[in-house]
Amino acid sequence: MNRADLRHMAEAEQERQERFRCRIMVCAGTPCLSAGAQTVLDSLRKALAESRLDAEIEAVASGCMGPCSRGPLVKVRQQGKKEIIFERVTPELARQILLSLAKGRRPPTVSALPPDFPFLARQMKVVLANSGSINPERVEEYVAAGGYGALAHALHELTPDDVCREVSVSGLRGRGGAGYPTGVKWNLARKANGERKYVVANGDEGDPGAYMDRSIMESDPHRILEGMALAGYAIGAEQGFIYVRGEYYLAGRRLEAAIRAAERAGLLGSRVFGSNFNFRIDIRTGAGAFVCGEETSLMASIMGRRGQPRQRPPYPAQQGLWGCPTLINNVETLATVPAIMGKGGNWYAGIGSAGSKGTKVYALAGQVEIAGLIEVPMGTTLREVVFDIGGGIPGGKRFKAAQSGGPSGGCIPSGELDTPLDYESMQRVGTIMGSGGLIIMDETSCMPDVASFFLDFCRDESCGKCVPCRVGTVEMHRLLRRITGGTATMDDLAKLEELCELVGAASLCGLGMTAPNPVLSTLRYFRDEYVEHISRHRCAAGVCSMAEVPAGPEQEALLHAMGGAGEEA
Amino acid sequence: MSVVTLTIDGELVSGRRGETLLQVIREHGLALPTLCHLEGLSERGGCRLCIVEVEGSPRPMPACSTAAREGMVVRTATDRLIRYRRMIVELLFAERNHYCAVCVSAGNCELQTVAATLGVDHVRYEYLSPRLTMDLSHERFGIDHNRCILCTRCVRVCDEVEGVHTWDVSCRGVRSRVIADLNHPWGRSETCTSCGKCVQVCPTGALFTKGAAVGEMVKDAGMLTRVIEGRDKKGWQE
Repeated sequence: MNRADLRHMAEAEQERQERFRCRIMVCAGTPCLSAGAQTVLDSLRKALAESRLDAEIEAVASGCMGPCSRGPLVKVRQQGKKEIIFERVTPELARQILLSLAKGRRPPTVSALPPDFPFLARQMKVVLANSGSINPERVEEYVAAGGYGALAHALHELTPDDVCREVSVSGLRGRGGAGYPTGVKWNLARKANGERKYVVANGDEGDPGAYMDRSIMESDPHRILEGMALAGYAIGAEQGFIYVRGEYYLAGRRLEAAIRAAERAGLLGSRVFGSNFNFRIDIRTGAGAFVCGEETSLMASIMGRRGQPRQRPPYPAQQGLWGCPTLINNVETLATVPAIMGKGGNWYAGIGSAGSKGTKVYALAGQVEIAGLIEVPMGTTLREVVFDIGGGIPGGKRFKAAQSGGPSGGCIPSGELDTPLDYESMQRVGTIMGSGGLIIMDETSCMPDVASFFLDFCRDESCGKCVPCRVGTVEMHRLLRRITGGTATMDDLAKLEELCELVGAASLCGLGMTAPNPVLSTLRYFRDEYVEHISRHRCAAGVCSMAEVPAGPEQEALLHAMGGAGEEA
Repeated sequence: MSVVTLTIDGELVSGRRGETLLQVIREHGLALPTLCHLEGLSERGGCRLCIVEVEGSPRPMPACSTAAREGMVVRTATDRLIRYRRMIVELLFAERNHYCAVCVSAGNCELQTVAATLGVDHVRYEYLSPRLTMDLSHERFGIDHNRCILCTRCVRVCDEVEGVHTWDVSCRGVRSRVIADLNHPWGRSETCTSCGKCVQVCPTGALFTKGAAVGEMVKDAGMLTRVIEGRDKKGWQE
């Protein structure tokens, strides 16, 4: 493959697409598939075959379109006309749409989203530019959309130094949560001495309610491969690994197919684009441990060892996989790179806020009218996201808080609705950007219960290596259970706060260090709820059952019999 | 060999480059409690008892797995650190069933010593009281999971010194447990050489020689350095 071949491939695909009068894209992302997208697609294909329209109309399985709670979603693209997206499509509706298209009539408007649908209109798609518009299983469609152009350009016209500089100029920061400047990380890895170097894409997304990485991997896998190849060229690596969460079967399958297709087309492998650059990518599947998203555990897991973290420094950029310098970036970070290399670092730096550049993908979930995947410029306020894009809180209820950053994050209360969503502002209100999960809660949520949910998660996912995290999270969860059960005393609350301090300060890795955050942040804004549970045995939200009387020895025995945290597995 | 100078508890001290903070601290006669650390084994950094404050770092760092660097300013015994260490020991006692009165290692137990040194005389946390078993299937030794603190000294000595890797850890979090082979009874292990190194390095009464009564199980963790030195000097050839 050389650049002329790439251009040829793109033109051939564009020509092929133009031969169709109309293309019907059916979202084949996990949420839509679970809502029945496959039957919609099958019925469309069957109808096309029956009516012999398949030469004129193409039915395509695409990636995520965004408003996941309204799935299955279908997008109709007609030449010279505005595209229409239909929500909650049934096989019957799909046939009706097809029928009207066949007869050249206007498709039914009953479940069509309006052209200015705020959920879609107010977004800015960079990473998700191709999501929902291309078939993720065909490399030709990615190439036709301009894919691999940035890699070809970099390999022929830029030095690794230039690539690193462009990424630095863009101001991109790690989208996995910590927000470390990507350019700095790349430069560290580039300058590190090592016989071999590695690039790792972290697709082990474990936060409850977050699915940004999954959607990117499912919807546009080649974008990640191109980003990894650019990273490999920039730091001097010839081998990359994508670490995919075990639960993400579809993402893994599509990535695998994408790697094969890219290798067949000469876009990966030996002498990429006729240059001296060789780059191979392999997939590693996680076995379902949250801690394996932490970089040192992830590396241990890739090397086939027990997925446990180790003390840093040395950082992976100095000493990573098999002792060699390793660049670890989140999937979303790497997926941003082709756009930066294509349009320039300055273009990207022009988006977003002062300290946080570019756009960010969020998974909007919880008590919000439209849940789904969105991409907005950094600095968009929480109010805009929840009310303008998400359509507000259903059932006329009141917004109470947004939980961001998963178990490592915290809550943004209603008083802080105008907080711009960027790294600094979120830290100021006591939470973190995290990987981009946003769980919206209304007045029916009880904050000690929310904290207990996240602590339960951390307790379960602690790897068990260090004492503060292994035992501290169990004791914290027990204290929270006493609070939500109405049997706690103010002394328990003091003990809980002291444990938060210890676990946050003395744990070995990020999981333990951030495990107290949901408790600390709910205590910061909703301390009165904790006190009310303790002193008045009352849960204003009506979530906690308060039926438990203070535990005596009999109840304790029962608790253990039922399998408390210390129970043997 | 190049040296580094650093300040520990207000005093200027020297150390060799490549040494850990713990080595430097101990060379200068300062006491720092540890449980998972053992001279001769790789560092784990898991018990977090040796945490120290390093100026410029917002979080305390474990001395055992932090390299001593030029110009570091380290404090080893601030009120905060001592409070944290006490809490960690309390958590360890709450985690499993440590009944010193009926333990073979009572009086010779590192956990007991650390607790006594730190003045931990009661535990404020809820005892988890897990129902754990004891494995007495081995001919000479036994393992009592109730006393195990998951320091993994046994796992490391078996892997790194004996070269066998009979021991490993199964499950995760508070459910973690030391297992022999693929969770077989120790006595049925096909890899165990019955060398007994794991028993000698175990800091508590979790691993013991059969037939020992309360307080009788005296261990010799120092044998590890003698073994390693002997091997290095080829002391056992001919």
